[in-house]
Amino acid sequence: MKRYAFWIWLVAFALAATLPLLPPPIGTEFYIALGTRILIMAIFALSLQLLVGYTGLVSLGHAAFFACAAYTVAMLTPEYEAGNGWWLVLASIGTSGLLALVIGILVMRTRGIYFIMATLAFAQMVYFVFHDFAFFGGSDGTYIYFRPEFSLFGWQLVDLEDLNQFYWFTLLALLITVAVLAQLLRSRLGHAIVGIKYNEQRMRATGYDTMAYKLASFVIGGMFAGLAGFLFALQYGFVNPEFASWHQSGNGLLMIILGGLGSLPGAVLGAVVFELMRVWYQDLTEHWQLLLGGTIIAVAAFMPKGLMGGFSGLRLPHRRFARVKATAPAQTTATTVMQPQEHA
Amino acid sequence: MTEVLMRANSVSRHFGALRAVDNVSLALARNEIHAVIGTNGAGKSTLINLLSGELPVSSGHVLLGDREITGWSQPQRARAGVGRSYQRNNVFLPLTVYENCRLAAQMATQRPWRIWESAGHCSVSRERAEAALERTGLTEVASRVAASLSHGQKRQLEVAMCLATQPSVLLLDEPLAGMGPEESERMLDLLRNLRDGHAILLVEHDMDAVFAVADRITVMVNGGVIASGAPTEVRDNEEVQRAYLGEQV
Repeated sequence: MKRYAFWIWLVAFALAATLPLLPPPIGTEFYIALGTRILIMAIFALSLQLLVGYTGLVSLGHAAFFACAAYTVAMLTPEYEAGNGWWLVLASIGTSGLLALVIGILVMRTRGIYFIMATLAFAQMVYFVFHDFAFFGGSDGTYIYFRPEFSLFGWQLVDLEDLNQFYWFTLLALLITVAVLAQLLRSRLGHAIVGIKYNEQRMRATGYDTMAYKLASFVIGGMFAGLAGFLFALQYGFVNPEFASWHQSGNGLLMIILGGLGSLPGAVLGAVVFELMRVWYQDLTEHWQLLLGGTIIAVAAFMPKGLMGGFSGLRLPHRRFARVKATAPAQTTATTVMQPQEHA
Repeated sequence: MTEVLMRANSVSRHFGALRAVDNVSLALARNEIHAVIGTNGAGKSTLINLLSGELPVSSGHVLLGDREITGWSQPQRARAGVGRSYQRNNVFLPLTVYENCRLAAQMATQRPWRIWESAGHCSVSRERAEAALERTGLTEVASRVAASLSHGQKRQLEVAMCLATQPSVLLLDEPLAGMGPEESERMLDLLRNLRDGHAILLVEHDMDAVFAVADRITVMVNGGVIASGAPTEVRDNEEVQRAYLGEQV
């Protein structure tokens, strides 16, 4: 990450942190709750961005990991008291990661459209497991009556029942997600998965076991989706099978397409704009989905690199990759021109 | 006695009824350029795919040194020292020339779990990438995006990425394809240069180039080998002349 990008992130996070402190029209319960939801969706979008935007794995089943963590925290929270937050967050991220590992091993043999279909199929299976087993509460789902307690040596670090504190807690989770993913993308692993996205054949010929790399990306993405699911379950105090529905997976894809593929700030921006549009359009009209869909189509048509591409003057990380795509078709024509010569 | 680094023992690859590569045996020795020539569709590229592990063989054996590697995956073979280039430019177009090579060189020190270490600080891959760029004459364009290179430069990059992994066996699929005379000459110099220490399999259409650098030549027609030997032997072989020039000669 470039230095100014770091400062932009820092300013953005600082600004976001002031939301609960702002005077009433904004700093109200409604907007703080909306802000929390947006932050959670940003984590979810980031987790999917790792797969789609950086590894080139278009998954339509990402909600399975979101729901898996949500159900884990719902199932493990004691009925009459607050659970241990550390244990719950680790357990929910862990089960999501484990599920991603199992599904990943099974779907990684497929590519392209088949990969999309296979991930969708597995997510639907997860949906129906939650839906059909009475243990999980059926279609009504299950309630979580107490948000977990995060304490260190008997001292309570944060009171999640408090609206503002829960907001900041979520913001911290987003900060950690961004920091981990940004560093991951700088690492050898990150460079290798980007290489796989651009040219998997070459990566294999070079000596990379691309299957393992893609699986690693899938599992890490699944774990961060789990973090989002954990927070989402706590925010609303209930879980139901809709958490695993393909709508949720699709929303994630829409967010990153809206914001810009292959960009971390793009994922966050996409989540913010998507959720805000939802709220605004719902206020405007009953047929808000029409407006939402129309806007997304318009962005996809006129800003092929997403909202982030539109702001490319801001010079943010990975703009380099996005800009290069424009020159890439030139190469395709070059190879087609070359072909007759090769066969001559 | 030269040291054989890679050997194919009667390898075949069939696609349905088509025998793309049929019972081909050859040996690649260190410090030697072994050229494989043949008409289009003779199975030269398929042979490279079989040796590099991109395609599994239908029958036969592939050996690396004394090790049987027939069942090895392509990444496994690459890590063991089998490097290949492609007939069509097959690089990471959106990445810089330097990153193309660095990513190839990173193969030696993958350590994917060390996510706290930045790839840019990986000294092994940096040094190898820089050496490969230097050797192929791409240092000046290192910071350019690969997609913006000329065709000839992309061919050079193709070889540079192969070198960045520091292989012992180089399988080069038409490195000169579509190059201008000047670029070709530079590539041939590079090939002569690379002969020391490497076993090179060179698939090439340009006969002048082949006869200028090759130590051994194998001629393939319709998936099979019709002649193999020193350049002069092959040049004088009647069957080869027939294959290339027709019956009239």
